[in-house]
Amino acid sequence: MTGLDPRGGLGPGVGHRVLVAKVGLDGHDRGVKVVGRILRDAGFEVIYTGLQQTPEMVVAAARDEDVELIGLSLHSGAHMTLVPRILDRLRSQALDIPVVIGGIIPVADGAALQELGVAAVLTPGASTDEIIAAVTRAIEDHAHIN
Amino acid sequence: MARVGAGGSTNGDEWRELFARSHVRDLDPSTISGVPLQPVYGPDDGEFPGLFPYTRGPYASMYRSKLWTMRMFAGFGTAEDTNARFREILRAGGDGLSTAFDLPTLMGRDSDDPRSAGEVGKAGVAVDSLADFEDLFAGIDLAAVTTSMTINSPAPVALALYVAAAERRGIARAALGGTLQNDILKEYQAQKEFVFPPRPSVRLVADVIRFCAAEMPRWYPVSVSGYHIREAGSTAAQELAFTLANGFAYVEAVTAAGLTVDEFAPRLSFFFNAHIDFFEEIAKYRAARRIWARWLRDRYGATHPRSLQLRFHTQTAGVSLTAQQPELNIARVAIQALAAALGGTQSLHTDAFDEALALPTEKAARLALRTQQVVAYETGAPTVADPLGGSHYVEWLTDEMERQAEAIFAKLDDWGRGSILEGVLAGIESNWFQSEIAEAAYTFQRELAAGRRVQVGVNRFTEREPGGDAVALLAIGAEVEQAQCKRLAELRRHRSPGAVEDGLIAVREAAADPTANVMPAIIDAVRAYATIGEVMGAMAEVFGRYVERAAL
Repeated sequence: MTGLDPRGGLGPGVGHRVLVAKVGLDGHDRGVKVVGRILRDAGFEVIYTGLQQTPEMVVAAARDEDVELIGLSLHSGAHMTLVPRILDRLRSQALDIPVVIGGIIPVADGAALQELGVAAVLTPGASTDEIIAAVTRAIEDHAHIN
Repeated sequence: MARVGAGGSTNGDEWRELFARSHVRDLDPSTISGVPLQPVYGPDDGEFPGLFPYTRGPYASMYRSKLWTMRMFAGFGTAEDTNARFREILRAGGDGLSTAFDLPTLMGRDSDDPRSAGEVGKAGVAVDSLADFEDLFAGIDLAAVTTSMTINSPAPVALALYVAAAERRGIARAALGGTLQNDILKEYQAQKEFVFPPRPSVRLVADVIRFCAAEMPRWYPVSVSGYHIREAGSTAAQELAFTLANGFAYVEAVTAAGLTVDEFAPRLSFFFNAHIDFFEEIAKYRAARRIWARWLRDRYGATHPRSLQLRFHTQTAGVSLTAQQPELNIARVAIQALAAALGGTQSLHTDAFDEALALPTEKAARLALRTQQVVAYETGAPTVADPLGGSHYVEWLTDEMERQAEAIFAKLDDWGRGSILEGVLAGIESNWFQSEIAEAAYTFQRELAAGRRVQVGVNRFTEREPGGDAVALLAIGAEVEQAQCKRLAELRRHRSPGAVEDGLIAVREAAADPTANVMPAIIDAVRAYATIGEVMGAMAEVFGRYVERAAL
């Protein structure tokens, strides 16, 4: 792990562009903002969608912004409905972008979503290093596959 | 604060007189070892509970007259599911109900709205119409219990539904006791459950306050809430200052609408977080009471003691709970509950230990209630009012909380050119509150990462956790959404479309007339089985919908 550079100069994210999104009606944005800032300080270029995005809006933003990864924050229990919709829509639009999710995601649900194609699941208590590592690995693994 | 009255009487004399007039439950309390105890301790010329500025408590006799209300927040699935949980809470000795609505309801959308997909009945109970409200409170004596409803943007609709449901059962609205959260300003600052733009939303808050002042004397029409501000990441002083500033803003909005402050301030209430820094939380509660009393008297001209007495509900800090070694949360909640009790709360919700993982199971929720019963009945915490008053540290920290809050009020007052309401609206518009909170949240995260802050089980004293969920979790299946949508489709078929349409037209007209109060029109509309989504949609045609500027 490369050390954190609070000025965003030399972190592991330099040269990578990611989208962080709130999907559904849930307004709990502490997690998405903290994660967005962690990634930004690690050198990533971070685009935040804002609140109340539909799955269609998230996929359109990922496409238009040409990002390498989508990070979804979910705290309302709607993950089993909304995350598969985003995965389906990415596939139907032939967009090959890895998805990492975070929030209140029970272990069994997280495993099921990984089966469906989610690259990583971050749950409460995930450390700064774990968040950066999960995102970096998802981008690298993805580049490796392609 | 030495003070001697005109007749040479001291604060102590004044307090003794007030206490003697209070109804007291326990006439002869003592420690567990038999040492007899006074209701409060302190110098005769010092501060006393029940006396201005109420730092030590709003009432002279505090918990000697009445323990805090053990008000457990519950809601999930259908109205029938939550009704069963409510009955269980009352059976187990809880003495107030507190309703958690699902996200579609909180966002003013019906269960069959496409944007509600996946959210119905998940984080709270799914309700759409009067039929659901009737089921939600079936078999519960609404004249005897008090009910809290945690809802903000659609708060006027929720209150209308509660009134209509009670009146169907022959209970007059004037007999209903409870609390409506109805605090929209903190939604823009922190929780982000808003529908309309800030100004018309503040008008709706004022409409509810005016309606309750005229027709529902036992109802608390607003619970000005710092809880969500803190959960979103603020510091204790920010929670204190933003919350009280929002309270001042409502006072200004309602007095501008024509009421005198003493006509409604006695029914304002507050809601604070109980976080894990024990002494800071107690200092925060003490400072809140003192600031409110001073501002209401000196700035807003209130004279009625009840206008000056800040009363508050507390909930333990969900954000302090950990998914790692979740049983540790029971210890955290016990400490937070004790802080709330020593800080003089009027009611308390204790979080269940499994809430960092999912919605609480019934067993975990019962354990949380039992935790506050241990604090209330075993520890002796309620016996003496403000037992930490006079501690050099707690008094200093109380003053420090007040100092930090006053610095924030000065800034808002400046932005609003002498109006806190305008200052708060300016702070929302410029994203100031939101970025202050996000900054504080990120600072805490960095301190955790650096090991300067410790969460046991998270960044120290960690254990290898079992792979699956070690505790049983409450899961809400998709069948709730299907059942609710089916029920709603039936309702739409069987109600009178003409009556619904008339009701919604009247709501639109009331919304469009700034001198009208929306409440009577909403009550009529929901009686005709207009849904929450329809009533909110009618108002959105007048007010528009609000979209937050996206910023990390």
